[in-house]
Amino acid sequence: MASYVVSKAQDIDEGGHLVVDINGRSVGVFHVGGEWYALLNRCPHRGGPMCEGLLVSYLESDKPGEVRYDPSRKLLECPWHGWEFDIKTGQSYFDPARTRLRRYPVAVQSGEVIADELEDEQQSDTHLVKGPYMAETYEVSIEDDYVVVSMR
Amino acid sequence: MSTSALLGGRESRREIWTGPVIDADVHAVVPALDVLFEYMEPQWVDFARERWLPGPDINTVYPPNAPTTVRAEWRTESGANPASELACLQQHILDPWDVEHAIVNCYYGIEWVRHPDFAGALARALNNWLIGEWLDKDPRLRASLVLPARNPAEMIKEIERIGSHPGFVQVLMPVRSDSLYGQRLWHPVYEAMARHELVFGLHWGGVSETAPPTPTGWPSWFVEEYAGEQQVFMAQLMSLVAEGVFSAYPTLKVAVGEIGFAWVPSFWWRMETKRKGLRRDIPWVNQPVQELFRERIRFTVAPIDAGPPEELAKIIEWIGSEDILMFATDYPHTHDDDLSVLLDVLGDSAQAKLMAGNARALYGL
Repeated sequence: MASYVVSKAQDIDEGGHLVVDINGRSVGVFHVGGEWYALLNRCPHRGGPMCEGLLVSYLESDKPGEVRYDPSRKLLECPWHGWEFDIKTGQSYFDPARTRLRRYPVAVQSGEVIADELEDEQQSDTHLVKGPYMAETYEVSIEDDYVVVSMR
Repeated sequence: MSTSALLGGRESRREIWTGPVIDADVHAVVPALDVLFEYMEPQWVDFARERWLPGPDINTVYPPNAPTTVRAEWRTESGANPASELACLQQHILDPWDVEHAIVNCYYGIEWVRHPDFAGALARALNNWLIGEWLDKDPRLRASLVLPARNPAEMIKEIERIGSHPGFVQVLMPVRSDSLYGQRLWHPVYEAMARHELVFGLHWGGVSETAPPTPTGWPSWFVEEYAGEQQVFMAQLMSLVAEGVFSAYPTLKVAVGEIGFAWVPSFWWRMETKRKGLRRDIPWVNQPVQELFRERIRFTVAPIDAGPPEELAKIIEWIGSEDILMFATDYPHTHDDDLSVLLDVLGDSAQAKLMAGNARALYGL
């Protein structure tokens, strides 16, 4: 498992997202409801660019006109065919058992921790990589927090 | 037991099917308005005599001399529609087919009548006539309740008045209507239907203030209307599904009559494909459309409208359920389908369900 520093946390607003390329894979990093989610930018249905889709709230109904609407649960809607995927689990609304949007572990780490890990990298199983964000910057600043995505 | 024109020269229907038979669609025809007078309130008999000469004119719906309207072998010497007499129905269908039950649909164009009170009176008289002249006279018969299908409040009144009569198992809903049947103004009617355990019988006929008998534009010829009416059935089924009628009334079932079934699988595939992307608009459609059809909607097999047997076999495979087809003759209309071809492509249990089991389950017979 390698970890990639993709962004300063403060650069992705609440409700916003960033699409990054990690080892040739397009990954969307979402900042929703105070949580962070990293999802493959490729719909498991037909390969649509998931991260261009709308972030919508959970909605279901048993009766016309009576809708249970839960803005605290978010789904990502593919821009191609409108299939919805739970942003937390990657599960498809229609076919939760078989169709799933690929997720990656994501965390926010302080610059201090990252700097330490980069130092200790040789002794560790996990491998921290100066990811797409780091590639464009000079150095991890210990005053800032960073978004780190892990990937095999 | 005699033979029937529908048997293609066979001596007995037992040559193609030995089990029980329920005919899910036979017609009764009102020969003239005055036969209803003894079943009608005096005020309306007088009104009809004073003002309303012929009653609704359904000759444009079923042109009397069109070969599709009455099978040649069944035409009467007088020219009267054979379906206006119980004896003809018995002789042509009930006896030769040895039916356990037959569902009588009487289409009389009541929804064409704009007089809001006379339309209701006409429906009451017609339902009383169905009881007096048909249901009471042959225990094999069950019938569809006829409603003034232009006015939901009047429709409900008639369901409340007579919908619990054991002879009525269904409501005849003419396929053309002023507004699509899924829309919420109709829902109270479905509540009443469901409460009286009546099936929603979607059937040929009806009228709309503005919409032609195609989804766009008026056809020039009867054949276009007759062959193309399936488009209107599609529109109504789409509406019933999309508007959530099946979620709102979990016990309500629909029987689709006189329009075949070969078109159904491609129709539900399309609906289901689009629902996946648009379901947030209609979240009450919360199961796959094909599953909903298989659970809640039934189709009569007159007409069969199938191509060669191998193609019919594919359609049956696509339908993917033994539970949705119901045998019917659509007496006295003409459909030149050979039932034995359909039976041949069905398995044993599907044959029994087609010929009686599905109708028995649907109508609680």
